[in-house]
Amino acid sequence: MMSLLISVLVPYGPGLAEYADVVLNRESDKAGVRPVIFPHWFHRVRYQCRVCHSELGFEMRAGANLVTMQDITDGQFCGACHDGEIAWSTENCDLCHSALPGTAAGIRGGHETLGPGNW
Amino acid sequence: MYKRLTAWTRYTLWLVCTVFLLPVLAGDWLPLKIDQLHDPDNPALGLLQNPGDALSRLPADNAGNEVDWIRALENGYIRPRSELHGDKQVEILDSDILMNKTGSIPRVRFPHKPHTQWLDCENCHEKLFKSQAGATPITMGKILEGEYCGVCHGAVAFPLTECNRCHSVPWEDEASVQAGVP
Ligand code: HEC
Ligand code: HEC
Ligand code: HEC
Ligand code: HEC
Ligand code: HEC
Ligand code: HEC
Repeated sequence: MMSLLISVLVPYGPGLAEYADVVLNRESDKAGVRPVIFPHWFHRVRYQCRVCHSELGFEMRAGANLVTMQDITDGQFCGACHDGEIAWSTENCDLCHSALPGTAAGIRGGHETLGPGNW
Repeated sequence: MYKRLTAWTRYTLWLVCTVFLLPVLAGDWLPLKIDQLHDPDNPALGLLQNPGDALSRLPADNAGNEVDWIRALENGYIRPRSELHGDKQVEILDSDILMNKTGSIPRVRFPHKPHTQWLDCENCHEKLFKSQAGATPITMGKILEGEYCGVCHGAVAFPLTECNRCHSVPWEDEASVQAGVP
């Protein structure tokens, strides 16, 4: 019922996603897997920004990091934590590759303003 | 007649939904299944946490994640680590910068403290901001385009709609102090 009502209110579109969710999709659609959703809210409860954006070297711009699955299994980017020790391992494809196919890369969120992700 | 009635009924229904339902929804965290970003057909979707399950337990706010992240951190609701392995003591800088090129609207107070609780100096210096008060040519237009403060605010930190959180120092304050008005 809820989902029916929501789908009636389509104009609000992807603005319904949680603030600061990032879609990574430089390679995913091309390779035939769902694009990746990275939830900031979930991770910032556990890690300060500096861990990813300083120690691990994630550039603070959606789409600016060329992340490949090979890098991740080699322990870089998401793989620094998703290694089966700090967090669950890369075998759980669908937990990361969880976006609707065809979703464009960029930052999302219901209260989105003109942040950089808009272009 | 029938056609017109249904159209009218549909319009009323739509209006009722928009006027009464949306504000309710907007003040809530939507389950991932209906957020129109997650694929509802993903067999593993049920394993992911819904934002509301975690965020509703943190100090509330009215914008962004609807969490007051600063209070959540300071009051110990969350204890995000400062490094991948371990949790080293980080450098907290407790100094404010007053920015006064704001025309007639209240000036901007930039507080280093809440920023250095989350970020390294290198996340901002010298790429985004010079280490000298007044040396960086910040404008609101650039911020709205996602530069300077707008790299984070409007993307991950509280959004740019919250003018008065940055523009927090009214001009009258100092004017009255200088004029010696009690
Ligand atoms: C920890 C999160 C995570 C997990 C788990 C994960 N991936 Fe990925 N994967 C990514 C990210 C991030 C990218 C880069 C996305 C992009 O830019 O399109 C990616 C990219 C890909 C790509 C694009 C081409 C390439 O090789 O980079 C494929 C294919 C892929 N993943 C398959 C898989 C499969 C199969 C699994 C499960 C065995 C899996 N992924 C598990 C995060 C993950
Ligand atoms: C667990 C890792 C992680 C943490 C912690 C983290 N981020 Fe991110 N951040 C990312 C990833 C991954 C991206 C997307 C990069 C891409 O698309 O190439 C990103 C993107 C961003 C962007 C770019 C958004 C845009 O509009 O282009 C900003 C700004 C940002 N993060 C700020 C922050 C801030 C502020 C914090 C702390 C409150 C934080 N991040 C915490 C991993 C993290
Ligand atoms: C600094 C460490 C770190 C990095 C880097 C990191 N993660 Fe995570 N991630 C975690 C931890 C810890 C969890 C929680 C694991 C658990 O519950 O066992 C998690 C959980 C998740 C979840 C599940 C959230 C839920 O609802 O349960 C997703 C999805 C996810 N990460 C995606 C990513 C992607 C995509 C990347 C790379 C772009 C990434 N993560 C990078 C630490 C990290
Ligand atoms: C993240 C912090 C932040 C938020 C939120 C913010 N501003 Fe600003 N604003 C600034 C900074 C910083 C300056 C530059 C001040 C300086 O250089 O002295 C500025 C400058 C301005 C100026 C001066 C003219 C100009 O273009 O630079 C105006 C007017 C202004 N802001 C209006 C607004 C309004 C209206 C809002 C809400 C919709 C808003 N600001 C939200 C930080 C912010
Ligand atoms: C979130 C971004 C951010 C972070 C993180 C940050 N700063 Fe700054 N810093 C600023 C801004 C903005 C200014 C003002 C620049 C201007 O007015 O041109 C500033 C100004 C300064 C100044 C000049 C002060 C003065 O009175 O002239 C110093 C020194 C400084 N920062 C040191 C640091 C150190 C040390 C750290 C790390 C502990 C740090 N900053 C972290 C944004 C940041
Ligand atoms: C690198 C990312 C980043 C940049 C750049 C940045 N901020 Fe922030 N800011 C944050 C984060 C993270 C918080 C914590 C609150 C949150 O996440 O909503 C914060 C909080 C704040 C607060 C709230 C302080 C409080 O006590 O309530 C103010 C005010 C603020 N920022 C002003 C600014 C201004 C003005 C600028 C530009 C001169 C700026 N910020 C640039 C990330 C950033």
